[in-house]
Amino acid sequence: MTIRVSFFATCLGDTVFPDIGIQSVLLLEKLGCTVSFNPKQTCCAQPLVNSGFHEKAKKSMRTLMDALLEDDSEYVVGPSGSCVLQVKEYPELFKGDPLWEEKAVTLAGKIWEITDFLVNILGITDVGARLKGRAAYHPSCHMTRLLGVKEPPLTLLANIQDLELVPFKGQEKCCGFGGAFAVKLGPLSGAMVAEKVDNIVAADLDYLIGADAGCLMNIAGRIQREGHDIKVLHIVQALMGGGVS
Amino acid sequence: MSIKTSNLTLNERLEKELGDSFMRSSIANAQDLLNQRRSDAFEELGNYEQWRDNAAAIRAHVLENLDYYLNQFVEKATEKGAKVYFAKTAQDATDHALQILQKIQAKKAVKSKSMVTEEVGLNEVLEEADIEVIETDLGEYILQTDDCDKPSHIVVPALHKNRDRIREVFAEKKGYLGDNVPENITRFVRKKIRKEFLTADVGITGCNFGVAETGTVTLVTNEGNGRFVTTTPKTQVVFMGMERIVPTFAELDIIFSMLARSAVGAKLTSYLSFMTGPKAEQDKDGPEDLHIIIVDNGRSQVLKSGFQDVLRCIRCGTCMLECPAYRHISGHGYGTLYPGPLGLALVPILAGYEEYKDITKICSLCGACNDVCPVKIPLYESIMEHRRVIAEEKKLTGAIEPMVMEIYSHVIGSPTLYKAGTKLAHLIKFLPKVGPLGEWHRERELPVPSKKRFRDWYKKHAQ
Repeated sequence: MTIRVSFFATCLGDTVFPDIGIQSVLLLEKLGCTVSFNPKQTCCAQPLVNSGFHEKAKKSMRTLMDALLEDDSEYVVGPSGSCVLQVKEYPELFKGDPLWEEKAVTLAGKIWEITDFLVNILGITDVGARLKGRAAYHPSCHMTRLLGVKEPPLTLLANIQDLELVPFKGQEKCCGFGGAFAVKLGPLSGAMVAEKVDNIVAADLDYLIGADAGCLMNIAGRIQREGHDIKVLHIVQALMGGGVS
Repeated sequence: MSIKTSNLTLNERLEKELGDSFMRSSIANAQDLLNQRRSDAFEELGNYEQWRDNAAAIRAHVLENLDYYLNQFVEKATEKGAKVYFAKTAQDATDHALQILQKIQAKKAVKSKSMVTEEVGLNEVLEEADIEVIETDLGEYILQTDDCDKPSHIVVPALHKNRDRIREVFAEKKGYLGDNVPENITRFVRKKIRKEFLTADVGITGCNFGVAETGTVTLVTNEGNGRFVTTTPKTQVVFMGMERIVPTFAELDIIFSMLARSAVGAKLTSYLSFMTGPKAEQDKDGPEDLHIIIVDNGRSQVLKSGFQDVLRCIRCGTCMLECPAYRHISGHGYGTLYPGPLGLALVPILAGYEEYKDITKICSLCGACNDVCPVKIPLYESIMEHRRVIAEEKKLTGAIEPMVMEIYSHVIGSPTLYKAGTKLAHLIKFLPKVGPLGEWHRERELPVPSKKRFRDWYKKHAQ
């Protein structure tokens, strides 16, 4: 019996990095899932919440809940620990709302970050990928500390054939993205990502792999600014053998 | 000093601190060293989470029953002969102190390190009244010597200076001729300060925790200066934040075990001073008069505010050492006496949103502080809640941000508008790099959104 998955593309995955969405869907299908994508889905509204505008955020949260629940799949899966975390916080935000609290609880109960889903629901630790080179993993803060997904991405990466996975200095430290933080306090955020990239460069990598498009956009933007030859990949791209961008 | 330590705006402070590569490397090195020591110390102790749970439960219990324990503390301390005062405001606190000092015609006060005296601005008040104040904690002495430079950390106030800079300060201001070896500098300072201890009329200290069951004032230090301040002068004045209470020595044991490990990665500090009342007949040393000033200065307001958990703080400074933003700007970037995650969580509610709303921006929401706070203060959640209060209740974000957010909310709230928006997203490359886009571009490139959206691919894929 195949597992029915409703795919949560996230706004960055839909617009800026479509390959993350594409590789996610192909990976889930390769592993036997039936994947649907509801085009009515929008953004999790995290930029609004993190700036303190909870009430304004609720409009799109309701839109997203309806879209992700419409397909009635067993699971909703997204390629971002941060966005999944935000959706998991909906029940708290809609507490006491007679119409929406129940939907929020239902969605929060079935939404999964993709690596967590692969390892802990599908029970797969080796997706059969091959990627040659030296790589390091940047654990994103929301996914690691707040959502608590630490091991699954490392387990999956460890099983990629020919990939040499190495640690780097300051690996657990925030890259300075922080959503709106990056544009509200640009210079400070910039100092943080500059240090992150210094440490990445010192580790002499072919690939820097992460699991959250926001952090990767920040790190890749700094790598590009400095002109280093390091390829930044979302983990689903690595698990599909390198992706296209 | 007071809670506010700078008149610069947030952007001015950031620019200044980010431009100080010297300070930044000092702070980064200190963070790495102290964080390693802390994690080693807790690993040796074992059962880290259980210790944190216990410490958090003790602090939460005290805050729930603060009236009871404060009352008990005052009763016991008075019984033992201390004179206890309650100061509602910073000025009440310094007024009490000034009265005590003027009554004995004090000319010179020696102080051990105390954040709460800085919070109420004690030194300035005493100096105004021609009472000389000498900071005897080495870090504070360095800052006082360096034209009253501001502390950059609550435990290690001179964290932003390295040994070379410290040597320069003493060479310039005190005629120090030696090298930059810490032991030699310390020996020089020790000689200078010793004279002050012996000639001071009054000793002033903070109080790490008051023990309610015995009315004891406690002090942790590493340099022995605290012991000197509390034993030599005839009069002693203790400042205690009103939340700094533990029920008994059993709880104090747990709190101190966490404090020393968290602050400096040590099992205990070199000195633990316990003062129960003034010098008794059989005592060889100690003050003849002991005054304890319990400071509110906004704390009651915090207790009632829904941010009560922030008052669990034991002032270990761990959240600052762990914070990736603090790392690049030090305490000076915050412009507040209490910086870092604690500062963001505490200062707006202690001292007012209007004045301190901007510091809540200095956080990338990484959550690292939550994982290391020894009393499990929900720092991340408190910062998020402050942002909500600022945006929604106090409406202090200015006119533009709510408008932008309103538009964004409409776009992402409507599948149709959102779909149109994603189609236009790639045009961002033609926009001028100003405002938020300019902020992004300062230090990094922005990937150009793809013309081909995921949803376009999926539509074909699903056919």
